[in-house]
Amino acid sequence: MLAWTVYISFLGVLVLMLLPRGNAPAARWVALITAVAGLLVGGAGYAQFQPGKIQTVTRCSWVPALGLEYHLAADGVSLTLVLLTGLAALGGVLLSWNVEARTKEFFAFYFTLIGGVYGVFLSFDLFLLFVFYEIAIIPKYFLIALWGSTRREYGAMKLVLYSFFGSALVLIGLIALYVVAGARTMNVLELAQHPFPHGFQMWAFPLVFVGFAILAGLWPLHTWAPTGHVAAPTGASMLLAGVVMKLGAYGCLRVAMTLFPEGLEAWKTWVAALAVIGIVYGAMVALVQKDFKFVIGYSSVSHMGFVLLGLVTLNTIGLSGAVLQMFSHGIIAGLLFAVVGRMVYDRTHTRDLPALERLHLSRRMPFAAGTFVIAGMASMGLPGFSGFVAELQVIIGAWQAFPMLAVITGGGILIGVAYTWRALQKAFFGDAAEPAVAPGAEPAAAGDSASGQGLQVVSMPERLGAVLLIGASLLVGLYPQVLLRVIVPSFASPLFDWLRQGGSL
Amino acid sequence: MAWIVKNLWLIPALPFLAAGLSALLPQRRRQTAATLAIGSMIGACGLSVWALAHAIKHSAPNAPKEFYNFVWLQFAAGDAGLLQLGWVLDPLAAVMLVMVSFVGLLIFLYSVGYMATDENYTRFFCFMSLFAGAMLGLVLANSLLLLFICWELVGLTSYLLIGFWYPKPAAAAAGKKAFITTRLGDVALLLGMVWLYHETGTLLFYDGGAGCLEQSALAAMVAKTTNIGLAVSTGIGLLIFAGAVGKSGQAPLHVWLPDAMEGPTPVSALIHAATMVAAGVFLVARVYPLMSAPVGDSAGAATALQVVTWVGAITAFFAATIAMAQNDIKRILAYSTISQLGYMMVGLGVGGVAVGMFHLVTHAFFKALLFLGAGSVIHGCHEEQDIRKMGGIRKFMPVTFLAYAVGMMALAGVPFFFSGFWSKDAILHAAHGWPVSAGPFHLAFAGVGLTAFYMTRQMALVFWGRYRGYPASETRVARTPELVRVRAEHEPHESPAVMTLPLVVLALCVVALGGVGTPWAPWFQSFLGAEPAAGFTRDVVQLMVASTLAVFVGVGFGLAFYGYVQRQTAAEPDLLSKALPLGMYDWLAQKYGIDELYELTVIRFNAWAARACAALDQWVWNGVVTCISRGALLLSWVARAVDECALNPGFDRSCDGLRGGGRWLSRLQDGLVQHYLRIMGLGLLAWVLFWIWGGAP
Repeated sequence: MLAWTVYISFLGVLVLMLLPRGNAPAARWVALITAVAGLLVGGAGYAQFQPGKIQTVTRCSWVPALGLEYHLAADGVSLTLVLLTGLAALGGVLLSWNVEARTKEFFAFYFTLIGGVYGVFLSFDLFLLFVFYEIAIIPKYFLIALWGSTRREYGAMKLVLYSFFGSALVLIGLIALYVVAGARTMNVLELAQHPFPHGFQMWAFPLVFVGFAILAGLWPLHTWAPTGHVAAPTGASMLLAGVVMKLGAYGCLRVAMTLFPEGLEAWKTWVAALAVIGIVYGAMVALVQKDFKFVIGYSSVSHMGFVLLGLVTLNTIGLSGAVLQMFSHGIIAGLLFAVVGRMVYDRTHTRDLPALERLHLSRRMPFAAGTFVIAGMASMGLPGFSGFVAELQVIIGAWQAFPMLAVITGGGILIGVAYTWRALQKAFFGDAAEPAVAPGAEPAAAGDSASGQGLQVVSMPERLGAVLLIGASLLVGLYPQVLLRVIVPSFASPLFDWLRQGGSL
Repeated sequence: MAWIVKNLWLIPALPFLAAGLSALLPQRRRQTAATLAIGSMIGACGLSVWALAHAIKHSAPNAPKEFYNFVWLQFAAGDAGLLQLGWVLDPLAAVMLVMVSFVGLLIFLYSVGYMATDENYTRFFCFMSLFAGAMLGLVLANSLLLLFICWELVGLTSYLLIGFWYPKPAAAAAGKKAFITTRLGDVALLLGMVWLYHETGTLLFYDGGAGCLEQSALAAMVAKTTNIGLAVSTGIGLLIFAGAVGKSGQAPLHVWLPDAMEGPTPVSALIHAATMVAAGVFLVARVYPLMSAPVGDSAGAATALQVVTWVGAITAFFAATIAMAQNDIKRILAYSTISQLGYMMVGLGVGGVAVGMFHLVTHAFFKALLFLGAGSVIHGCHEEQDIRKMGGIRKFMPVTFLAYAVGMMALAGVPFFFSGFWSKDAILHAAHGWPVSAGPFHLAFAGVGLTAFYMTRQMALVFWGRYRGYPASETRVARTPELVRVRAEHEPHESPAVMTLPLVVLALCVVALGGVGTPWAPWFQSFLGAEPAAGFTRDVVQLMVASTLAVFVGVGFGLAFYGYVQRQTAAEPDLLSKALPLGMYDWLAQKYGIDELYELTVIRFNAWAARACAALDQWVWNGVVTCISRGALLLSWVARAVDECALNPGFDRSCDGLRGGGRWLSRLQDGLVQHYLRIMGLGLLAWVLFWIWGGAP
């Protein structure tokens, strides 16, 4: 059932390619149908799922000579991320409704990316996972370089080079572990039972972990994230922050951590320290950005720090918190990018905070302002939104593993409040001088050089997308059990045997 | 389990429901929004009274707590991974429920009049209901986590309501400041909560013996010591108290509360006087068993409580001094609130839950009364807030004046007829008997005199003398009918009944409440306290006399400065500024420059650090990446140079050689038959010659 998420996405790409050039509405509708179908399949998978099981979806031989298999399966972690991908994809399509230039190519690349992402989350064969991982990288380049803004070639190239650098590390690690295990299999379930030699784990763990963690924005290898996010078109930023960064974190958990528990044990303090530096550092940088989108870009670095910190706490509270944070950040970052990129930038053509300060957007675009207030509250981890539960769990987990780091993380949360509120205040509730406009007056009367005419009203697809994402965040925030009921039991599966035997889980 | 205990959640749910419904209403459905909000508060108030009646019926010293817990989520396998939330009905919760819902109801009613002309009336009631729901949820929480969730929600609604008039830059800035400052305390509270969970494995207060405030958990926390020598219970207690410091505006995190007065006055009354700011005091009262857990050899008082007492006493005194030199009617009340919250903290620290909570409840009533009265004055004076531009208002607004006077006397601690006197005296009495130090008592006692002084100053400037709010050209006595009309337009007017009625009700409550907690009949203290309160003793009377004297001294000085010699115009300098030596008045008026100090230290440091990180990212990390890429490019250039200078020329030369050879050879094959024939002829000739001279076989 869940395999159809992958097939539907690629089918969507095929249909999009066959559409006549220039028929933008058709391309949009095909994209919408593909996204909705993917989400529905994910939802159906959730409905059928039995918590605690690893549910094999498809399994057949692929390259028999090497023992490689086409093996798709899902546990609670995969399922959560598949749902996230579905939501983010749908949100992204709704907020890319206004793409006019080469619409069908845009969505074709878009769904190639989505298909790859679905594939990564469902692969239980490491080689297959790697293939999907590479499939997901390439469309990113084109999405940014062709439809992006601000230094788009630079951003696209930087992102792709970082990604390939990471995947090169991963590939070396995968080949090495295939050879060392000598079992002629890439099945992660079987490899997870294999006791790799200690010396091998000591260098293979950092290799594979860092290779994946680059994509999760591990400090100091995070600099691709802000530039890439900023250069990308809205839909692509939503995917980049929403799901692509999760690919990295997922790889860390699924591959590096389950296969090399001893290496993890030795390196975890380092990873935790880097994660906490990322949390505080990302927040600090976000505090002084002048470009609205850079604020959100750096906030992603900060929030992904919570994911990495949660992963290396090695207790179920922290780990399930990390997975929940992946979901939560995917939704919330998507929402933030939607407001900044689509609602604000596409209308005002500026992301410069001092310039936005003069536009008094709260009066001219109340819906965008309201959405950003809600997204900002979710982003700073207010109770009621998914971020609160996730961050709470990560901190509780971290307190058990690294009490000092948990305290510093608290500082990161505080700066999180400050940068969100600063951006909110400047972008929407600016008080810079402006020829006085009576409240309720026609926005067009606000005669400002940057946008002399009135701003377009926020359209229905944008509203739907925003409501979808806010709803998801609220649902998980108020009733976290909806995801935790599948996530928590999955840490009892044989995959995590080694971590459990280490006594840490 | 009694029905009311099981369904206690209905009390916060009603305002939440009203908030949700009015969020969906269009802005023009003003009547509906107000009706929803007030209706929900009437319901909540009724249920709260029922809950209080239930609690009174079941109150007995050391009676088991009545609570209802449920599982919210499971974040780890097994029972240990269950996270429960719940609510509790004990005297503390019951008293707070009634206070919040009743005061809230009155303020909602008042808002109907106060906000009547505001265009965002519906949104106002939506936010107010949201606040009321969160506040009621906070007081009945039986889990520190649920309390924290509501705690954050009240903070959020506080932000939204302070910034309600956000087109005003000061309002937007004040909202942001309030949110971030209180968040500083909240992070400490969050960490305290996480630590508490780590130590006890539960966040429930009471759970039939397994809660974190019950004997076994407390004993475990007291027995454990941290690296720096504090008991774990003290460490957690101090972190939780830091949260309370942020929310209750205690020094040094008090800076947000005066600025919060930018919000509409009913907001100041409800959130920033009666309920939310008192949530910090309530929190300390709620976790009192943890704060007061006796650690090892500290005989007198637990360390955490000593900190509470000192912070409270210092705040009580120092905020009172600032209040003397303010000119904004609401800011004076704001500093007074900070000061009174300090008294409550002292009460908790030295006298226990009952003493602190009694002052919390009486303060909620008289401070709400004062704020609503101030709102009425502001409304009547055409949105003027500067007390220098008021004066003589008692003639124009008699009802407001009388109600305000009751509130003022309760706050100042005028004896016998006002509840503030009794609750403040209980605190002073407890502080007097504190074995650790006499300092808090002296600070609090001095604060009593200051309070009486600044309140007298405010009363005198606002209500006595002559009205100073006429436009500058109209100060002369009006002669012509035209001038009389203009003057009348600028004169204050009494507020409508929907605003004065809550004032009257509150004033009656302020007087009546004293009756429940006098030393002769300390019903309130017995109800809240663990053991029956000690009754009336001799030193109570001595202290009463002393504090009464302090009040009269304060009032006397106030009258001396502001009562007999009335200021004539708004612009002339304050008399106090001449009386106080060394420019102290300016120092006080500048609030000791604490805002500026923070601006220079914390905020600047943070900005510097943030810029440093940004620079690090831009120059160092980007530099490293650039260096690597430059290095790669350099290598590529070298490779290219080797290619072009060494490999390519060699290759090219061999190519040239080959091509040259080919070209030479190709000349042989030029397609001209004559050439071919010529060569054939030559070849034939050579062959013949070979035959002739060579040795033919």
